Amino acid sequence: MAAPKRSDDLRAEATAARLAAVTVPTGGFTGAARAAARARLEAMGLPGRRDEYWRYTDPTALNAAEAPEAAVFTAEESPIFGAVDRITLVFSDGVFDAAASDDPSLAGVEIARLAEAGRADIHWAKDLYGVLEARGQEPVARPHAALNTAAAADGILIRVTGKAAKPVHLVYRHASVQSDAILHHCLRIEPGAELTLLESGPAAARFNKVLEVDVAAGGRFHHIRAQGRDHERRAITHIFARVGEGALFKSFTMTANGRMTRNECVIEIAGNDAVAHVAGAALGDGASGAFHHDDTVFVTHAAERCESRQVFKKVLKNGATGVFQGKILVKPGAQKTDGYQISQSLLLDEDSQFLAKPELEIYADDVKCSHGSTTGAIDETALFYLRSRGVPREDATSLLILSFLADAIAEIEDDRLAEEIVSRLEAWLARRKV
Amino acid sequence: MLEIRNLQVKLQDEDKQILKGVDLTVEPGKVHAIMGPNGSGKSTLSYVLSGRDGYEVTGGSAHLDGADLLEMEPEDRAAAGLFLAFQYPVEIPGVGNMTFLRTALNAQRKARGEPEVSAGDFLKLVREKAKTLKIDAEMLKRPVNVGFSGGEKKRNEILQMAILEPTMCILDETDSGLDVDAMRLVADGVNALRSEGRGFLVITHYQRLLDHIRPDVVHIMADGRIIKTGGPDLALEVEKNGYADILAEAL
Ligand SMILES: Nc1ncnc2c1ncn2[C@@H]1O[C@H](COP(=O)(O)OP(=O)(O)OP(=O)(O)O)[C@@H](O)[C@H]1O
Ligand SMILES: [Mg+2]
Repeated sequence: MAAPKRSDDLRAEATAARLAAVTVPTGGFTGAARAAARARLEAMGLPGRRDEYWRYTDPTALNAAEAPEAAVFTAEESPIFGAVDRITLVFSDGVFDAAASDDPSLAGVEIARLAEAGRADIHWAKDLYGVLEARGQEPVARPHAALNTAAAADGILIRVTGKAAKPVHLVYRHASVQSDAILHHCLRIEPGAELTLLESGPAAARFNKVLEVDVAAGGRFHHIRAQGRDHERRAITHIFARVGEGALFKSFTMTANGRMTRNECVIEIAGNDAVAHVAGAALGDGASGAFHHDDTVFVTHAAERCESRQVFKKVLKNGATGVFQGKILVKPGAQKTDGYQISQSLLLDEDSQFLAKPELEIYADDVKCSHGSTTGAIDETALFYLRSRGVPREDATSLLILSFLADAIAEIEDDRLAEEIVSRLEAWLARRKV
Repeated sequence: MLEIRNLQVKLQDEDKQILKGVDLTVEPGKVHAIMGPNGSGKSTLSYVLSGRDGYEVTGGSAHLDGADLLEMEPEDRAAAGLFLAFQYPVEIPGVGNMTFLRTALNAQRKARGEPEVSAGDFLKLVREKAKTLKIDAEMLKRPVNVGFSGGEKKRNEILQMAILEPTMCILDETDSGLDVDAMRLVADGVNALRSEGRGFLVITHYQRLLDHIRPDVVHIMADGRIIKTGGPDLALEVEKNGYADILAEAL
């Protein structure tokens, strides 16, 4: 599609300005991948509002050479997952904070910092860094992910060879109003190995994160993420996952607050009999600042007898906006695919809106795929029923909201972690008296 | 305990008067039955008493133990002891029956300044009440009323009533949709709750239920008014002759 020349020029200018504002590390095992990513980005350019994939989300603040300011939010609540036995690795405004982090030794798990390990010429992550990202650029361009691969100064490289005894928790702290963080993590689950990765926190005024996950045959990966409560932060995150034969990939994200969040998840189901689930629960209140949340998911079935599920729920109030773009692509030969996708929003007032674009593209004949999208309000009849039994309006509303989110939360396998998420959701609802 | 005086109610969004001056007093320990043709306003009365939106009170009053019901939020009416067994119990997907019951019980206790019931005591209480109503544990695990048969829903209403122990119970056609055995169970459930301090208002179309729950007073409602009040015999008369004579007499 040939866009008018003028807009191409503008795009190239914006891309050049964005690249000029970052430092692209050179040398080491990531050097070639970074140079290739930079070339990819220059070729595709940063996204524009006219791009089909950015119709519902304005990329201006993400594209800007300088990160827009975002006030640092402080809350006196205890840190999430605090009661879970885990290994914590802390980044403050995108910079690793060794003093605040745990000693990263865990049986069956190798953990290294990208900033340090990246200087080596030979590393297991060489086969992963920028590799899944590059694969994920087809058929839809993801320019901010290419930018990330080119410019990420730090991140964590995790290789799992056994069943990890406890989760690894990446904690992202936001410390300065102007921080602009780019982190790139690579994670390889070797055959039969298992890891739970936790992530939490707002990270920076503007955050660009890529997580590349390669789950080898029979591996199991669980991901539970709580995106921070800062009202003004902006974030674009990408997960690029490749799921091998008989492997399991499960990712759940809770988002509360944030001026702008775009979470892209690109999953390639590459081995037979694999399972990939991705879910999200987002809560936004426009009264505490703007709230725009975009879940963009692309699941490719490239093997037989695989199952994928996308379950995304959004609770929106006071002019909040929710976006869901989800696709299931079933490649030729991916027979017996079981693909499911649901995106739902609960609008607590008439000022909020939900924009959904569910898509199925199927090139195999023996598959079962379904998708659905709904927008609704609180069920007044159910609300009255609860109140007539003595449950006060606010509690009854919270109960109905949590029940709306239940299917997404059910994607968290570990009960303790699910409870932790539910308690945060309850607290959010209680604070807002919805 | 329940005192309704000249209660007049119209629909909020329509110019339609539904209750045209209802007078009714239920004394503690008494069971009052209301019968009446379809559309006469029986459910409307029960909804207005429990505080459902969509109605506008244009005149009259309703008090429970001296408190002005019409000024209270639905949850406060419940905490004050009012309970409505719905003609059409509501399904709430995603909210477990046990969570629902426990949240309701503890919310009411909290509102009355009573301590919450512990998880253990609550479980015991529910098991005991469910057993007498022949509600199996599997049903309690499911979301509120979801996938329940019509009769199961009605029994679930009575279970809620047994657990919440309200002082003024309104039953709106709890008998419709029940098989003979279930009707017995529901009636037994009601009879078990009958006590000196508790009043009942039982809305029904059939004498069958009243055979089991012997009412003290029977009212006939037609076109938004109580047009006749009598003893248990009045229900038998309706059963035998229908409403025609009573309606004619009222004119
Ligand atoms: N929300 C509403 N919107 C429109 N009409 C209503 C509404 N609520 C009640 N009505 C009307 O008011 C009248 C009384 O209804 P109500 O449900 O109280 O009757 P009822 O005596 O309970 O009847 P039934 O024996 O069939 O249950 C009916 O004509 C009904 O259609
Ligand atoms: Mg009725």
